[in-house]
Amino acid sequence: MLRILCCVKRVPAPGARINVTADGLAVDAAHLGFTTSPHEECGVEEAVQIAERCGGEVTVLTLGPPEAAEQLRYAASVGAHRGVLVPADGGARDPQRTAAILAEAIRRLESADGAGPFDLIVFGNESADSGGFQVGVRTAYGLGRPIVNGVKGIEIDGPAVRVRREIDGGFEVYEMEMPAAVGVKEGINLPRYPTMKGRLASKRLEIEILDLDAPLGGQTMVRLRRPAETVSETAILGHGPEAAPAVADVLESLGVL
Amino acid sequence: MISPVLAVLEHDRGAMAEAAREALTFGRGLAESLGAGLEALLIGSDDADLVAEAGAYGAAAVHTVTHPVLSDFGPEAWGEAIARAAGMLKPAAVLAGGSERGNEVMAQAAARLDLPFVSNCTAIDPSGADGSGVDSGSGEWSITRIQWGGSLLEDVRLAAALPLVTCGLHAVASEPLPEPVSPAAAGLEIDLDPALARTVVKDRVVLEAGVTLPTAPVVVGGGRGVGSAEGFGPLEELAGLLGGRVGCSRAVTNNGWRPHSDQVGQTGTRIAPEIYIASGISGAIQHWVGAMGSKHILAINTDPEANMVVKADWAVIGDLHEVIPAISAEIRRRHP
Ligand SMILES: Cc1cc2nc3c(=O)[nH]c(=O)nc-3n(C[C@H](O)[C@H](O)[C@H](O)COP(=O)(O)OP(=O)(O)OC[C@H]3O[C@@H](n4cnc5c(N)ncnc54)[C@H](O)[C@@H]3O)c2cc1C
Ligand SMILES: Cc1cc2nc3c(=O)[nH]c(=O)nc-3n(C[C@H](O)[C@H](O)[C@H](O)COP(=O)(O)OP(=O)(O)OC[C@H]3O[C@@H](n4cnc5c(N)ncnc54)[C@H](O)[C@@H]3O)c2cc1C
Repeated sequence: MLRILCCVKRVPAPGARINVTADGLAVDAAHLGFTTSPHEECGVEEAVQIAERCGGEVTVLTLGPPEAAEQLRYAASVGAHRGVLVPADGGARDPQRTAAILAEAIRRLESADGAGPFDLIVFGNESADSGGFQVGVRTAYGLGRPIVNGVKGIEIDGPAVRVRREIDGGFEVYEMEMPAAVGVKEGINLPRYPTMKGRLASKRLEIEILDLDAPLGGQTMVRLRRPAETVSETAILGHGPEAAPAVADVLESLGVL
Repeated sequence: MISPVLAVLEHDRGAMAEAAREALTFGRGLAESLGAGLEALLIGSDDADLVAEAGAYGAAAVHTVTHPVLSDFGPEAWGEAIARAAGMLKPAAVLAGGSERGNEVMAQAAARLDLPFVSNCTAIDPSGADGSGVDSGSGEWSITRIQWGGSLLEDVRLAAALPLVTCGLHAVASEPLPEPVSPAAAGLEIDLDPALARTVVKDRVVLEAGVTLPTAPVVVGGGRGVGSAEGFGPLEELAGLLGGRVGCSRAVTNNGWRPHSDQVGQTGTRIAPEIYIASGISGAIQHWVGAMGSKHILAINTDPEANMVVKADWAVIGDLHEVIPAISAEIRRRHP
């Protein structure tokens, strides 16, 4: 039986623009819902599919506020079996510290009841909000596991995992011995929606809490701000199909017709 | 004498990546603000053309690392090579381009050196001055980097014995020096553990030739407003007439109407066509960051207030199911 771990992060889900709080230190989420970073949502789906195909158990791990339990329950509603929350204290949240905490959490989970290493640890390529492109790599390195990022396909082959990574006009293939880790990207699969049965399972999920901390890293956020917005005068070419000649004129003027 | 800035030259089996040219261009600015020189690190090659190109972009010296385990790209082997080279050369900073590989190998190097790594920077002030131009004396650097794929900027302070950074993709346009320099190339003796081969590329598969979404001169985009997979037929037709490609929003891929390879946006593809025709797409910020590299945008939407309409150069207000076939018909009429 394969044991697979997914690391997910709770992020706000903004619409047409992202507003920043008055102190400049966070996205103003007062009127926003929250979600799992899209790459990681696909990571959970991939893990569940592998477990369905090869037999296995999927554990989801997050470091975040207590509300991040919502993202663990969502993962359970689409097939994950266990959910582990490391409560964050709201202090400085740099990637080095985050990776050190995650690595320690994984060590604890692996040493509990002599469970042994997770065969596969699935990260997102980068988180949707701060997008540091490093927590997966640092955590895997801390655990001594090989990791490949940018993964758009996973195949389990006995003790090995073969992964595909998109490049211009094709893909690269890598092969690692398990235990191993990957950073996946959206598009690796199409995540399922929760079923009724899944929703019930998610309600019953017992969230495991691990209290851990690690020293600060060297990167400190000072403030968030919106980049200068592009203001353009929009020329309305017309209403409905009657606008077609005006559109063709534009295409001709750009030389694409 | 201040030690030089070291730029990592991303290449794929000898072909220089655009991200490497951007890193060299960005690195020149950083070196200047430090009063330092710019040098380059070439991993897995000592090719004279690559060395010369690094010189054209301002590298005064190129340090090469060749080893059997570096015969093809491997994130762990490259990360180890960067970490070891940094230990030997003691540069003022190590910089790479903010491509997928660039960020990955710098994260690998940072993990090995147990140092911070600031990804996707758009501006770096080594005086730590936070915009005022006065050296803060703290030894910390003030850096601006992108979050949310470019929808937000984050100002950070970096305290590190050796700053490790990538510059955001297209944060600068690559630009050669008016007069190329001829860099001295010298090999670094680095003995790498053969076990690093565990994450080296094993194989490659070539899939498609022809126009790809990131390079298409015209992209015809469809969103939830298209309504179904079949609804994309007329968009395909228009894209075909214009020698372009169809793109889509995440609402579309989530519904399974198009493959994810067509998705434009933060978690999809960044496009840069001459014109992006965005139909039935509201223009959410995560879609916009993938589309904003387009030279021109034409929005087709029933809602004149839609963000995509507001941000576009041109708009047609109406039902895309009527407007798009009418455009194709008009093109056929003009070019029978
Ligand atoms: C003390 C402390 C308090 C924190 N408080 C909060 C908080 O209140 N709210 C909050 O949302 N975050 C909190 N965090 C997490 C932090 O915001 C970031 O997740 C962290 O800096 C990672 O950087 P990144 O997002 O750039 O990750 P990247 O390097 O871009 O992430 C790559 C991948 O690593 C994994 N990953 C990243 N972050 C996490 C995570 N937190 N949990 C599980 N897997 C992860 C994901 O698979 C992700 O796709 C806290 C962290 C610390 C150390
Ligand atoms: C972390 C994160 C990452 C994301 N990454 C991406 C990404 O990479 N790419 C992406 O696209 N989205 C992304 N999203 C999703 C994004 O927030 C939006 O949900 C999505 O872009 C909406 O797609 P849409 O514009 O097609 O749909 P909607 O927002 O529903 O808009 C549909 C539009 O179609 C118009 N319309 C309806 N019918 C017609 C008609 N007959 N003719 C003309 N117009 C019509 C409507 O007026 C409306 O403007 C991401 C979200 C998150 C949280």
